[in-house]
Amino acid sequence: MSSLLMEMADKALKLRIPLSVQVDLTYRCNERCVHCYLDHHDHGEMKTGEILELLDQMADAGVFYLTISGGEIMMRRDFFEILEHARKKTFCIKLKTNGILIREKEAERIKALGVQSVQVSIYSHRPEVHDAITKLPGSLADSIEAIRRLRAQGIHVIMANVLMVKNAEDYTAVRALAAELGAQFIMDPTVTPMMDGDRGILSLNVDEAALREVFRDEAIVGNVEEFCAPPRGVDDEALDMLPCSAGHTACYVSPYGDVYPCVQFPLPTGNVRQTKFLDIWCDSPQFQEVRSITVRDLPSCSVCTHGATCSRCPGLAYMEGNMRGPSSQDCEKSYARTGIPSENLKKRKASSLGLDSSHLVQIQNLRTAAPQFASK
Amino acid sequence: MNDKPYVARSTMIAARVLGDETMVMSASDSTLFTLDEVATVIWEAADGTTPLEEIVRKKVCAQYDVPLEVALKDAQTLVEQLAGHGLLLLSDRPIRQASAAAQAVR
Repeated sequence: MSSLLMEMADKALKLRIPLSVQVDLTYRCNERCVHCYLDHHDHGEMKTGEILELLDQMADAGVFYLTISGGEIMMRRDFFEILEHARKKTFCIKLKTNGILIREKEAERIKALGVQSVQVSIYSHRPEVHDAITKLPGSLADSIEAIRRLRAQGIHVIMANVLMVKNAEDYTAVRALAAELGAQFIMDPTVTPMMDGDRGILSLNVDEAALREVFRDEAIVGNVEEFCAPPRGVDDEALDMLPCSAGHTACYVSPYGDVYPCVQFPLPTGNVRQTKFLDIWCDSPQFQEVRSITVRDLPSCSVCTHGATCSRCPGLAYMEGNMRGPSSQDCEKSYARTGIPSENLKKRKASSLGLDSSHLVQIQNLRTAAPQFASK
Repeated sequence: MNDKPYVARSTMIAARVLGDETMVMSASDSTLFTLDEVATVIWEAADGTTPLEEIVRKKVCAQYDVPLEVALKDAQTLVEQLAGHGLLLLSDRPIRQASAAAQAVR
């Protein structure tokens, strides 16, 4: 992050401004990805007018970065009406789409509406792998064609690759494909639980050995020595750190108007159909609770050697049962990075050996976690 | 001194007031700028129909203790810089631009 962006983020934090919001327009989708965390049935999406009103309220609240996602955003017939309104409200707009419904005309309109970037998920360079993940024959070819159309308009395209057992061998080739198409490549080594809490899809995550290999790939993580450096322990500065931007300068709105701290942190804080966005943001007891938590308040993580450098996701911790608890996926990731187990992993091991039966330890069969690792 | 006195915010930008500053990002190259309090006043008044001198006289000099000549010179430098990055449009006549959204609809 540039120093100016950090400065702005700090200022937003001090002023308690929701600088960055993701709005999912729909959970409906024309793909059925095996790792998707959403229920694709429509349970009463916000109408066009409700979304436009929400955008007005978000602009007034100070939202600058607007990510429009889904589901597949172009499944909504009013998608361009919503996008046009977002442009009028001068958001910095990022779209997430599979691109399948983007033809030349749509690419031209996206360009004309000053979208900052379009993110398209590509799981493999091999149709038999990508299409098996999306469960839609021909989807790789369609998504790549969409990327070509967007790039032809000069639009910044981000090619997102989610690492799974099914495609673990392919990320290098996907990265090369991104370079060929003039797209930015990012990788997410995380398959997360369903929003309803179902953890079945976590079995799609790669194992620790595969994760360790990815974390030692300079093309993915940059400086490997720095990235995999041993943790520096926890000092007072680390104990006062905030877990992440969720609920502090960022939040998420579902197609049904529910507001959560993050798409990966489904803690209900209010619904914009009943309460103004800014009132939820400022006054919701749930947001206030999230904001009150520093590393010092995390029983396991505050005494963990990874406490200062872990990418612990409070949303994943919440989905494990306790927003102040560890996120085991991030513990696994810290271990894959450094070879040093977290406090949580040590307890899990002791517990599995029957050495520590007196404590309740959050144990989930998780593998990887974390933020995206980007390389251009 | 100024042959293009009319200034208008580009429609191809992202912008938001953050406290006493304004964040502005160019949609074409994603370059981020921040405008200080005085620059924010000029930015918000850049409606395409009010000449820069009038903006400076009515909005800047009325609010801040600064001579018109000095403020206008600084304002001219600012708008030229912003125009150079495509954030502002400058013209010798009033600018009545259709929004980018409306253009895209056609």
